[in-house]
Amino acid sequence: MSTVNDLTIRAATVNGSGSQSANLVLTNAIFRMGIPVAPKNVFPSNIEGLPTWFDVRVSPQGYQCRSREIDVLIALNPMTWHDDVPAVKTGGVVIYEESYARNGSTQRDDVTYYAVPFAKLAKEHVADGALRKYFTNMIYVGVLAHLLGVESAALEAALRAQFKRKPKAVDTNMDAIRLGMEYAASNLQKTDSYTLERISGKTDDLLLMDGNSAAALGCVMGGCTVAAWYPITPSSSLCESFIAYCDRFRTDAETGERKAAILQAEDELAAIGMVFGATWAGARAMTSTSGPGLSLMAEFAGLGYYAELPGVIFDVQRAGPSTGLPTRTLQADLAFAYALSHGDTKHIVILPATVAEAYELTMQAFDLSDRFQTPVFVLSDLDLGMNLWMTHPLAYPEKPFDRGKVLDAAALAAAESWGRYRDVEGDGIPYRTLPGTEHPLAGYFTRGSGHDENAKYSENPDVFRDNLDRLARKHDTARTFVPQPVVEDAGHRVGIIAYGTTHHAVVEGRDRLRDAGLETDYLRIRALPLTADVTAFVERHERVYVIEQNRDGQLHGILRAELPAELAGKLHSIRHYNGVPIDAGAVVEPLLSAEETLFV
Amino acid sequence: MNANVNAIGLSRDVYKGAATTLCAGCGHNSITNNLIKALYDYGVDPYKLAKMSGIGCSSKTPAYFVDRAHGFNGVHGRMPSLATGAKLANRELMVLGISGDGDTASIGLGQYCHMMRRNVDCTYIIEDNGCYGLTKGQFSATADRGSVLKKGQVNEFETIDVCGLAVELGATFVARSFSGDGKQLIPLLQAAFSHKGIAVLDVISPCVTFNDHEGSTKSYNYIKEHHAVLHTADFIMGSAEITVDYEPGTCTEIEFDNGNRVLLRKLEHEYDPTNRIEALRTMHEARDRGELVTGLLYVDTHARDLCDRERLPQTPLAHLREDDLRLSREQWSSLMESFA
Repeated sequence: MSTVNDLTIRAATVNGSGSQSANLVLTNAIFRMGIPVAPKNVFPSNIEGLPTWFDVRVSPQGYQCRSREIDVLIALNPMTWHDDVPAVKTGGVVIYEESYARNGSTQRDDVTYYAVPFAKLAKEHVADGALRKYFTNMIYVGVLAHLLGVESAALEAALRAQFKRKPKAVDTNMDAIRLGMEYAASNLQKTDSYTLERISGKTDDLLLMDGNSAAALGCVMGGCTVAAWYPITPSSSLCESFIAYCDRFRTDAETGERKAAILQAEDELAAIGMVFGATWAGARAMTSTSGPGLSLMAEFAGLGYYAELPGVIFDVQRAGPSTGLPTRTLQADLAFAYALSHGDTKHIVILPATVAEAYELTMQAFDLSDRFQTPVFVLSDLDLGMNLWMTHPLAYPEKPFDRGKVLDAAALAAAESWGRYRDVEGDGIPYRTLPGTEHPLAGYFTRGSGHDENAKYSENPDVFRDNLDRLARKHDTARTFVPQPVVEDAGHRVGIIAYGTTHHAVVEGRDRLRDAGLETDYLRIRALPLTADVTAFVERHERVYVIEQNRDGQLHGILRAELPAELAGKLHSIRHYNGVPIDAGAVVEPLLSAEETLFV
Repeated sequence: MNANVNAIGLSRDVYKGAATTLCAGCGHNSITNNLIKALYDYGVDPYKLAKMSGIGCSSKTPAYFVDRAHGFNGVHGRMPSLATGAKLANRELMVLGISGDGDTASIGLGQYCHMMRRNVDCTYIIEDNGCYGLTKGQFSATADRGSVLKKGQVNEFETIDVCGLAVELGATFVARSFSGDGKQLIPLLQAAFSHKGIAVLDVISPCVTFNDHEGSTKSYNYIKEHHAVLHTADFIMGSAEITVDYEPGTCTEIEFDNGNRVLLRKLEHEYDPTNRIEALRTMHEARDRGELVTGLLYVDTHARDLCDRERLPQTPLAHLREDDLRLSREQWSSLMESFA
């Protein structure tokens, strides 16, 4: 019996050993054979020395979430060898460094072992000690390629893609891969059941991209011209990608002038301050950060809300509280971001789940931010931001920017009067002018202190309350403008609500629930404030499971607080929060258990 | 030329703002009046002026001049980041930041330092009274060691010299003046407007309510007795003729990028404001003597400002549209192919 195109390969290595390139080449080569892949890098907060794991999930269905089951282990980290081997499922494969002793937990009789003298092979073929570790990693790619059936042509193409700017590296690395293949062919007797076979129709027109690159492209195409940031994992690569794209596509070849100002700020307070200074002056601006940075931005977020300043803030979430696990993923900033700052503050929060959404909803975030003259928070996470995902090519934008209600000099000349915070249309959204507008009425004073509709300082109780009410009205207006939920409703009794990367576990989880005899409907929230569809969905279902990656069930809490009180009893919370991306089992097991104990 | 308008045809009234809500006799009001005169005489375009501030008594003052300009009263100690963002977005704006000693040297010290080293093209006025006015008179970080509060507390901590710090951190125009000395302050302000880069003016400005008593080193009386003027300053707009008389060899002329000049006439000692080491020495020695040394302490007219260092186009970023900013369809297709 053979298992075709349905397995998870785990490479357990030491951080800083250069295994990332090998893992990416392996992923890419399998993808080039038309087989759906879902790589997950589970890495430490460390540059060199701590253990790191890279899982490549291969599934005919194209599931993109993490798999709990490890089929094939490449064990190249003596420190974790004793924990890694027991994680392999029965019938699985362990490819390991020959010199490791097999005893205790590492000696099993339900897995296939392939011992490979990686260190010896590398030593024999590479004189340079520094290069040797890289070479070792490519050897395991070769061993795997032989055992599983990865095509040489696909590997070469993947190497060329990986080392675009270093053609020499392609040959060196291919030599290492061949060495692994040849060693395996001559020395290993294949007794396991796993194979990879080229297929068609599964990955046509798809490509591999990470969410941070996609969001950066959303910034480019969304017209962002000012970015300020402070380095923090896992958001750094978002701004670094934006820099790379602006260098490449926004720079005048002759003059060297670049149509973007991107500043590495001294901290996140300064970063968000620069964003608001820039948007106040009329540019589109963004900052990207993660939890600790978001905490520092709280005061300015309130200014942005109350003084009504656009600005896009990316929070690529990692595991908090505090420093937490900087290189692990959670969705635990939702409630904090939604109400970031003191006082009655409510923000627009965008919740992308896919690479395509990281791009498209970023462009939309800039439009919403200008339209509503308010900070918009894009909550991605480490899993979406830093891992590679299969996606269709990102679509070229067909719509122009929506810059919202901005009065220029001509509009001011035509107007009899205007007030910066006056609600003219009843939607709560006032008009603004930009510095530099050449009209005597254009200027006004932006302040975080109490102000009337003409932006004058005011401590009047009615004026203060009316302004807060208008801001609430504006937030309500946003409900029909924000990205609406994606709903799959076939009239079943049980519903699921999720958001962000939890989506991918829900997709697989619903298939498994169906196999177990439970049909479900599904609503995926893509933004806060909540939209009318959410209320209707909960109303239509007997029970609704709210699934998310945080301890406290933060979306569950928001739904209970904001939906009509009589619906609260229908909501049940399912949570996953150990820092590794949620898998389908974390959806299915608690859900079935609740169904069995509570409702049957 | 009409005697009642300035070079760009605007009357003095245009440069006024709302009535002050600060205490009668506050040094900040004198600064505002001097600023109005400086802006009017200079012929600053109100539509291009961006008035930025943080929080505190000082930071209220942008409401008191040039009503028709856009103003931004941000959060405490964070004016530098707002000003930096505004300048990056629209480099045509003349950014004028007004801060206080608490706003700059206590809560805002980090942003202040980084603004100095970035050389943001911005005039940065510190209305410096050594105390917190709005919260009723606590010490700020510019209070001199040994200075006494109204209720008798003595400041045991070393003062932060915002000018010394600015020079140390690469600021390219650093001056100190006194709110009551319009004759010196106005030409220094106009020189600051002319400077392309960060121009810091630390203006000692007594707090009449909380820090104008015996024992305070920021009181009117103390300043009167300890004011040491480095040089007199005269500002000359563009190619205007020099009308002031001076003896040859007594005058240093600084010419700015835009052709405007400031003439510094030496008083008791020679002083070279382009010498960073001398600037630092002068400030340290004055502090040791308990003196308030005023004048243009340091200037470097050759350094590139932030917008130039960032290679920004002359067209303000805020004015760029879809066609300027998006990739073409062809570029986009080939970029997408590169991911496959």
